[in-house]
Amino acid sequence: MIKITKPGLFSSVQDIGRYGYQKYGVSVSGAMDSISHRLANLLVGNDEYQSTIECTMAGPEMEFHQDCLLSICGGDFNPTINKQSVGMWRPVWVKKGSVLRFGQSIEGCRAYLAVSGGFDVPKVLGSRSTFMRAKMGGFQGRALKKGDQLKTGRASAVAEQIQRLAGKKDGPIVSFHETNWFVRPPYSSRFKRKLPIRVVKSKQTEWFAKDTQNQLVERLFTITAQSDRMGYRLDGPEIKWKEKKEMISEAVSIGTIQVPAEGNPIVLLADRQTTGGYPKIAQVTTVDIPYLAQMKPGETLQFEWISLKEAQQLYLEREKEIQQLKTGLLLKIKGG
Amino acid sequence: MKYQLYPLGDQAIVIDLGDSINKDIHQRVRTVMLQLDEQSFDWMIEYVSSFTSVTIYYDPIKVIKAQSCSSPTLPYDFVAQTINRLLQTSEPKRITDPQVVEIPVLYGGKAGPDLKEVAQYNRLAPKEVIDIHTSKAYFVYMIGFAPGFPYLGGMSKRIAMPRKPTPRLSIPAGSVGIAGEQTGIYPIATPGGWQIIGQTPVKLFTPSYSPPSLLQAGDSIRFTSITAEEFEALGDKHD
Repeated sequence: MIKITKPGLFSSVQDIGRYGYQKYGVSVSGAMDSISHRLANLLVGNDEYQSTIECTMAGPEMEFHQDCLLSICGGDFNPTINKQSVGMWRPVWVKKGSVLRFGQSIEGCRAYLAVSGGFDVPKVLGSRSTFMRAKMGGFQGRALKKGDQLKTGRASAVAEQIQRLAGKKDGPIVSFHETNWFVRPPYSSRFKRKLPIRVVKSKQTEWFAKDTQNQLVERLFTITAQSDRMGYRLDGPEIKWKEKKEMISEAVSIGTIQVPAEGNPIVLLADRQTTGGYPKIAQVTTVDIPYLAQMKPGETLQFEWISLKEAQQLYLEREKEIQQLKTGLLLKIKGG
Repeated sequence: MKYQLYPLGDQAIVIDLGDSINKDIHQRVRTVMLQLDEQSFDWMIEYVSSFTSVTIYYDPIKVIKAQSCSSPTLPYDFVAQTINRLLQTSEPKRITDPQVVEIPVLYGGKAGPDLKEVAQYNRLAPKEVIDIHTSKAYFVYMIGFAPGFPYLGGMSKRIAMPRKPTPRLSIPAGSVGIAGEQTGIYPIATPGGWQIIGQTPVKLFTPSYSPPSLLQAGDSIRFTSITAEEFEALGDKHD
């Protein structure tokens, strides 16, 4: 059992999302940075769909009432175990009685904690993701609170192998062991170099004048404080429609950039509603969503137009990279 | 059937069937839904229908796999071709009549604090507002905004009234309201500016049910007026 001693700013149980129920108005939810979430799971021998804890901006503190294999991926929140710095993007074997503490984010916006076997919360409509607005899924349909006790699920056979790997170290008995190798998320170089967020055209892009479409990629936008898991509200040049036209509500998706009449774009994210009634100027490409999700309110970003073809090719390449990462990881585990 | 296809990002495609809210376009949306229900495309994750369109979410990796060839076409192009073939060469095997769902409502009083205002605004007696509201069937054009929330069409203009200038902080689940020329039911307690004329004891969304939503796009509903006693009795049954 893992006991939450400090909840952090906003920590919730998430998995890869709740699919198949959008037609009933149920948001997809799920990890905002799905890449970090998936890697964290793979590093502890889980499948990618297991649940993790997503921490936002300032992370939680928790006690381990059991031995546990864990990994921390995503934003760097300066995590420590018993006040000793612990490595990210790698398996960590922690002894019963240890305290894991996340600090403030140094880099990135969201950190993911995976434990082998995942967090044992009931699936609601096929998913363990927390859908806050409907108080559904995750841990009792809400963000984690002080005193919450989370159980872990059954660890896989691979987890046991990883555990041996992480624990295989000579020297004095300490509260945790970690491997000296680690993985890197496929988007890390884009993130470090602050490259533009790539977008593709949408059905209503032509509702905006050519000049406006150019402004979207030429100017900088700031992520405002009114940004959350539902969406990022941006501040920048006023994005106005060509003419006042009433739009009929229709389906949206992750990365939809919709523009209300006042002219400040909103990028829809994990907890978005299923439908929207504002014109969409563009769509953030799937490959750049995890990178965007790691940007914090107050940070500035730039967009870049790419073609749908490029966006889909980038996605296929990204998934290939993850497959290679998975294969490499398995080889490492087998090789000891 | 006339339609256009558009990408929605790199993992969804929109089948656009018109540009106004009406029964005919709604019928086309229903037809496409029925056609999709008869298919089992591996790459189709789910679809969402709206007033004028059906959006399909797909998995590009599975689209590539479905092609099983060495030089697959772009996932979007393959999906678009498949949809074109489906819509141009086939008809749904069976066009079922919409499911008609009865929604019992306790009108007025505490359950419908704005009934009197809606009546006054339209120079009607409260009873007349109820009669008009219960007199016809409404289309469920789409489910969105919140789990199980139906966008309904077909309300009489004779009972229309604008939203409240200041929204209430919380409207109880099951509240039946009017906003402009629309009527709707709140599935969960939420803040809102609708004129609340009544409340239904029926639950619109229950995660443990399959499907979890009482209503689905394409259904039609009819409101019936019930007494406070009936409300209590039905409420017990549904809890």
